[in-house]
Amino acid sequence: MNKVKTINEAIAKIKDGDSVMVAGFMNVGTPELLVDAVVAAGLKDLTIICNDAGTPGKGAGKIVDAGIIKKFITNHIGLNPVCGKQMSAGELEVTLIPQGTMAERIRAGGAGLGGFLTPTGVGTIVEEGKQVINIEGKDYLLELPLKADVALIKAHRADRSGNLIFRKSAQNFNPLMATACEYVIVEAEHIEDVGCLDPDAIMLPGIFIDAIIQG
Amino acid sequence: MDAKELIARRIAKELKDGQVVNLGIGLPTKVANYIPDDVEIFLQSENGFIGIGPVPPEGEFDKDLINAGNQHVTVKPGACFFDSAFSFGIIRGGHVDATVLGTLEVDQEGNVANYIIPGKLIAGMGGAMDLCTGAKKVIIATTHTDKHGRPKVLKKCRLPLTARGEANLIVTDLAFMERTEEGLVLRETAPGVTVEEVLSKTEAELIVPDDVKEMDF
Repeated sequence: MNKVKTINEAIAKIKDGDSVMVAGFMNVGTPELLVDAVVAAGLKDLTIICNDAGTPGKGAGKIVDAGIIKKFITNHIGLNPVCGKQMSAGELEVTLIPQGTMAERIRAGGAGLGGFLTPTGVGTIVEEGKQVINIEGKDYLLELPLKADVALIKAHRADRSGNLIFRKSAQNFNPLMATACEYVIVEAEHIEDVGCLDPDAIMLPGIFIDAIIQG
Repeated sequence: MDAKELIARRIAKELKDGQVVNLGIGLPTKVANYIPDDVEIFLQSENGFIGIGPVPPEGEFDKDLINAGNQHVTVKPGACFFDSAFSFGIIRGGHVDATVLGTLEVDQEGNVANYIIPGKLIAGMGGAMDLCTGAKKVIIATTHTDKHGRPKVLKKCRLPLTARGEANLIVTDLAFMERTEEGLVLRETAPGVTVEEVLSKTEAELIVPDDVKEMDF
C-alpha cells in the first residue's frame, strides 16, 4: 500500500473545529511543513494538543501566532509569550496538564484503556474535579484517556506503507500521538520502498498511518 | 565563587556513582559541571533519553537533539532514546534516584511551588510535577532569598503547588537543609555564613542541631 500523498491531499480531511495533536518537544520532532499547511489552509476553532506552545514563529508557535486555536491542551507555554498574552486576554483557553500525565493519557487513548491512576498532581490544582483513589495507602488521581481527530507527526524514515523510524530526541510524543487519533499524517524526512526498513528497527507499525508527506 | 556555583558544587557532592539523575532547567543544569571524574551519573532528560553529554561546539548542533531545557546537547557513549510515555514511566516508576529542581517557593513541609505566579507568570509545570512525585530524592536548588531579599524557604507555600511534601533537601547559597520527620533541619551553612544569618533570612522554622557544619566542596 502506498500512502504517500501531496501535502494538500493529506490535509484536506482536516475540518474547522477538529481536535489536532501536534507532536514535538520545543519544536524538535514537530512536523513544520504540516503546521505551515494547517495555518495556510485557513482552518479555525481547532483544539490543539501539544507538549508546549513552541516559540514564536516556530513549531506549534506558528499555530498559536495564527490565532486559530479555540482550546489548547499543553504542559508548558513559557517560551512563547504570544500564548501567554492570548491566554491573559481571554482569547485562548489553555488547559495545563503535567507532561507525564499528558503522555500517558495519549498512550491510554491509543491503547484502549479507560484511564489510569497516577500520583502526579495529588494535593495540587491538577487534582480539582478528579477522583482520588487510594491504593494500598497511597493517593492517586484517576486520569482519563486523551484522543483526537487528527495527529500531525514527524519521522526520520518512513516506508510507503507508513512504518516509521524516529531519530534521537525527535521521537518524544510522535509514536504516542499516532496511536490516539482517527487520522494520522506523518511528515517523513526520508521515504523508502516497502521492505527497505529492517523490521527490527521499525519503531511504529505502519497500521497507524493514513498519509505520508515528504519532509 | 558565586551563589549559583556554590549551590551547584554542593549538590554535585550529593550524587553517587551509578545514580540516574534528572536536572531541571537553569541552575540545576550547572550541577553537571561539578560531578567528580570518578563518579558516573546517568543523566535523564524527560523529553526522551538517558546519557546527556556536554553542549556541542558552536555550529555543530544536531537539530534532533535537545535537553528538556531546549538547549542543544550531545549524548555520551551508551546513551539511549525513548518516547515520552516511556520517559515518564522511568520517572514515576521510581527509577530516577534524584532530581534537582529550581523553585519559586519551598516550605518546611516539603511542598514545592515552581511553575506559576497567578496573574504574572504562567509557564506551565512541564515535567516538574511528575519529577517531584516520582524521583526517589527531590533536591531543591535555589537562592535563599528572592531578588527583593524576601525568604524563599517558607512555613507554608503561598503559590499554587507543584507537589505536596516531596522536597527532601534544600540547598541554597546560605544553607544546606534536610527535611526529616521532625521538621526541616539546618545541616550546614555556607562558608562565612552564621547560623543567625540563615535564621534571619528564613521564614520556615528550622531545627538547629548542635553540630551544624560548614559546607565542604
